Amino acid sequence: MKKICFYFQVHQPYRLRTYRFFDIGKKHDYFDDYANRKILVKVAEKCYLPTNQLLLELIEKHQGKFKICFSITGTLLDQIESYYPEVLKSFQRLAATGCVEFLAETYSHSLSALRPEHEFEHQVHLHHKKIKELFGQDPTIFRDTELIYSDLIGERVFRMGYKGILTEGAKHVLGWKSPNYLYYNTIEPKMKLLLKNFRLSDDIAFRFSQKTWGDWPLTTEKYVHWLNQIGGQDEIVNLFMDYETFGEHQWAETGIFDFMRALPDRIFSNSNFEFVTPSEAVEKLQPVAGMSTPFPISWADEERDLTAWLGNDLQDDAFAALYALKPLIDKCKDPQILKDWLYLQTSDHFYYMCTKFFSDGDVHMYFNHYSSPYEAYINYMNVLADFSIRLEKSVHLSPELPAAERPKAEAKLKKKVAAKKAASSKPAAKKNPAKKTSVKKAPAKKTAPKKSVKKKVAKKVAGKTVPKLK
Amino acid sequence: MRVLMFGWEFPPHISGGLGTACFGLTKGMAYHNMDVVFVVPKAFGDEDQRAVRIVSADQQTINIRDQSFQDYWKHLTYLEVSSGLVPYVSPEEYRRLTDSTEHDYTDIKESVFAETFNFTGSYGPDLFKEVSRYALVATKIAKEHWHDVIHAHDWLTFPAGVAAKMTSGKPLFVHVHATEFDRSGEHINQQVYEIERMGMEYADRVIAVSNRTRDVIIERYGIAPEKVVTLHNAVIMGITQRERYQNPLDEKIVTFLGRITFQKGPEYFVEAAKKVLDVDKNVRFVMAGSGDMWQRMVELVAHRRIGNKFHFAGFLNGPEVKKMFDMSSVYVMPSVSEPFGISPLEAMQSNVPVIISRQSGVSEVLNHAIKVDFWDIDAMADAIYALLHYQGISKMFARMGHEEVENLKWDNVAFKLRGIYQSVTNA
Repeated sequence: MKKICFYFQVHQPYRLRTYRFFDIGKKHDYFDDYANRKILVKVAEKCYLPTNQLLLELIEKHQGKFKICFSITGTLLDQIESYYPEVLKSFQRLAATGCVEFLAETYSHSLSALRPEHEFEHQVHLHHKKIKELFGQDPTIFRDTELIYSDLIGERVFRMGYKGILTEGAKHVLGWKSPNYLYYNTIEPKMKLLLKNFRLSDDIAFRFSQKTWGDWPLTTEKYVHWLNQIGGQDEIVNLFMDYETFGEHQWAETGIFDFMRALPDRIFSNSNFEFVTPSEAVEKLQPVAGMSTPFPISWADEERDLTAWLGNDLQDDAFAALYALKPLIDKCKDPQILKDWLYLQTSDHFYYMCTKFFSDGDVHMYFNHYSSPYEAYINYMNVLADFSIRLEKSVHLSPELPAAERPKAEAKLKKKVAAKKAASSKPAAKKNPAKKTSVKKAPAKKTAPKKSVKKKVAKKVAGKTVPKLK
Repeated sequence: MRVLMFGWEFPPHISGGLGTACFGLTKGMAYHNMDVVFVVPKAFGDEDQRAVRIVSADQQTINIRDQSFQDYWKHLTYLEVSSGLVPYVSPEEYRRLTDSTEHDYTDIKESVFAETFNFTGSYGPDLFKEVSRYALVATKIAKEHWHDVIHAHDWLTFPAGVAAKMTSGKPLFVHVHATEFDRSGEHINQQVYEIERMGMEYADRVIAVSNRTRDVIIERYGIAPEKVVTLHNAVIMGITQRERYQNPLDEKIVTFLGRITFQKGPEYFVEAAKKVLDVDKNVRFVMAGSGDMWQRMVELVAHRRIGNKFHFAGFLNGPEVKKMFDMSSVYVMPSVSEPFGISPLEAMQSNVPVIISRQSGVSEVLNHAIKVDFWDIDAMADAIYALLHYQGISKMFARMGHEEVENLKWDNVAFKLRGIYQSVTNA
């Protein structure tokens, strides 16, 4: 039987408020709590709650035959915990069915996989813990932010103990090959790759309500017909999409919920497909070939590359300035600072600075609350300036300070932290110890010397096109 | 003596130095008992408050009924002309602006001359039409308001000044705060240039804000040297000594404040910032203002990878400007071409040492400022570093500069101006 694998990305960033130059050194609240809550509540009511309910009904109806998988970012989990706990409960109900798999990823939907620092491993660890804590699952499959993947990232993820990784079936990487098979990482052949079938995925995610599309309206008959048309030897169709497709990108009025409700039945009755989760797919299928990916790919835009987040001067400057703070972060113990550090790494901040307005501008504008990438950059850099000042102070206030000054400074710091703890909601306080312990652990991990050799080779190959890949 | 004066901006709605200069000048004239009928185009309909309120030196809004201002107001008749004139834009820019903005309001009731001229309220997207329309209104004003002399500020009002002169036959003084060469470099707009030259030729005296500008007028516009006089600007004295705003940051701040346009040389500031940051991380740079080169400057800052130490504060209003100066340790005005440039004087009032380009008119009147060529980013970086690190010079500059500026009074300027008027009226 052929396999079909549904994966949904669930993510919301912590958006920044308008943070002016005059705020630097004075105000340390960076995030637009009002907008973040408002957007979360809206998306929860239009998408998360009704779709979760629908999927739960489908799972119950098909008694274990209908399966899905989620990748939920830490920033979204934090938001639903503090703004809308009901959503968390509904995800937990899905987790309890045993037909829903949760994937590992970076805690804050960050681009840390593109950096050589241990921040990547650290964040994956944080996220893994969070998933275990909330859903009682130990993820075995990994998905990086926006399906970003390269040979090196695959290898790093393998070292952390994951068996498989999801990525885009990018044409320029696959060439004549079909995405409808299991592949493996060319550095670590034990690392399995599941590739997104972007045509069939985007038929649902992007084209479903497009009336100018020749195949509109999309019905389950049509869709299952297309599924049946894939190559005779093909083994798996990976349908990867934003969870917000349901009810938010495609409104309920477009019929997206009815489509989803009818799809499993139609697949069972009219095709030779069964549903699997990524870990089952990796278990059941044999990889057919390696997929060599020297340059990072993603699922974004026509190019399927990183240029939505990195590459222009604004993005590269902000990105470099952010990760230049990493050595200080390793010494920092202030839980509030460490939390802001996570949220500031969210890839969306760099997405807002993207200047490719012409080809994919529509999608970019949809997700963007800044009126220009320049404003996004200025705002982010102002926040980062204040953040670095706080970070430096917090690090320099700890042990090294002369004994005479220390008690004063510490008392001040404690007061501040205490005030902030009291102000922030309960879940925030709960999470903090988890982060602290993992900070200590991160530097202990050692990378094999082999890796750095390979890195250099890859760097050379990468040449000028991907200067950020280190 | 009664002066009919045409301007195009007046506080609080100012986009550049001209509004401030007009305010200071008219204040000084009031001090010397000259009456002024001040005419300004009313651009976007949100200036209603201007007729009843006026802004003080540090741009805090105060009621004109306040004792100190009554005297001034007594000497000033303030007229607004309904018009789409927008200061500081090129004709090309103006077309772009008016294409996109809400320009269709009908606001004729409030306009002084609406009844007679019955403007439609929806203005054509042509800056030159607006300029001629303003001139048309001027003839009417010249008839209705008796005056001894006519005074027009910059090219947008020159046709109005000329029209008024045609009507009343009184002497015309055109005041040149900036020429087309300052605004556009060598790529001048020929139409604007023609209007400027026409105004200067019709004028009985051409008043230049600096010797630099006087030279340009003589050389580039072919005006007879004996007809062109220099009248340096001054600075409005602080009315109230407010508490100094403390810089909350550990780093010292170096500031650029002005329109982010070719004329102001913003890129030299960025490049100098890069040079300073290469050797001293403990400093922050701020570029405040807006303009057509803003995006390019943001990109340049990012390209030089100094975004974490270089901030864009956007356009600042009066109190924010004061705040910005209070926070600053050095003020830089790297203008490529600056006929005068009042902002360094304001910085010096706030005890901030300044670096100004030799290509600015203000460098003719200042001694206690570091002067560099706008293109010499090494010298600029050097000067910034020195003022940040060598207490001796920065303290001296702050103190002496403050004194120097205190002596640049609009009262004195107005006194000289009366002399210029009289050289024609008494001749």
